[in-house]
Amino acid sequence: METPATAKFDVKSFPGKVTHMPGGGSFVVTSIDKMVNWSRSNSLWPLVFGTSCCAIEMMSAASAKYDWSRFGFEVARATPRQADVIICAGTIVYKMAPVLKRLYDQMADPKYVIAMGACTISGGPFFYNSYSVVKGIDHVVPVDVYIAGCPPRPEALLHALITLQKKIQEGGPREKINIGF
Amino acid sequence: MTNEELKAFISAHTPEVTFEETQFLNAIIPSEKIYPLAKYLRENPDADIDYLICLSGVDWKDHFMVVYHMTSRKHKHTFVLKAKIADRNNAEIHTVCDIWRTAEFHEREVYDLFGIKFINHPDLRRLFLDDTWGFPLRKDYTDDITIVSL
Repeated sequence: METPATAKFDVKSFPGKVTHMPGGGSFVVTSIDKMVNWSRSNSLWPLVFGTSCCAIEMMSAASAKYDWSRFGFEVARATPRQADVIICAGTIVYKMAPVLKRLYDQMADPKYVIAMGACTISGGPFFYNSYSVVKGIDHVVPVDVYIAGCPPRPEALLHALITLQKKIQEGGPREKINIGF
Repeated sequence: MTNEELKAFISAHTPEVTFEETQFLNAIIPSEKIYPLAKYLRENPDADIDYLICLSGVDWKDHFMVVYHMTSRKHKHTFVLKAKIADRNNAEIHTVCDIWRTAEFHEREVYDLFGIKFINHPDLRRLFLDDTWGFPLRKDYTDDITIVSL
């Protein structure tokens, strides 16, 4: 019989087993790593960082129609010190690259980067052969998830965010995802 | 003024001028003549050019050109002044930013992208790019790292 305690959890994604005691109360069997990664993945605070047209699609993904708060992304922060993930939405030029690096450095670990759109992947379809555009933000910061498109639709951004959540829940190959004790 | 009247008006002040008519009347002058002509157009009540719409640079490979789109709010005549800078290696032209204040940033932008020096400009620094950059809108600009040359 389902108790109110278990009804709060999305049982499929919860990384542990909830055992109920006779007469009320319950305990959880899990590992700390899994538990922490699960918590992290469900509350990712994005940094407000839109450098061009992809930002419009990002705003659309945040608005009522697509509503990324369903997946735990609603707390968009204007400061890197409170953010967990940069959704890099738009072209990065050489003058902006040090700013992006600085914002990335100011974020607290664990931190994640989503490269949204063709410009952030490779320099973009229009600006590729240009003196000013960085040919992909992975020259500046490490990227966790790439989204193709120009610009990607909000559904694609949601898919990328869910992919990032899965990556975090699985631990991932990157050392920073482990909690370190 | 009509285009014909403008032609006569500019020719009377600067005899070296040549004209073309496209969308607007284009008056092409040598770069040395820009400052006296611009001042004349601004201060003469018959011309009364009080609004510099746009100031841009062009690289024609053998020479540079600085293009001034201008209009008069009172007389409603609009035309284009093109100053030809013959010396490409040492491109210089007198500033017009004491005549039209808006030219200050436009001239900084043209300097930034074409390397045309504006004489007497109060603050001729680069606008977008850093000091180590070349002048990327020049036709002979090369960049082996970021630009794929075909």
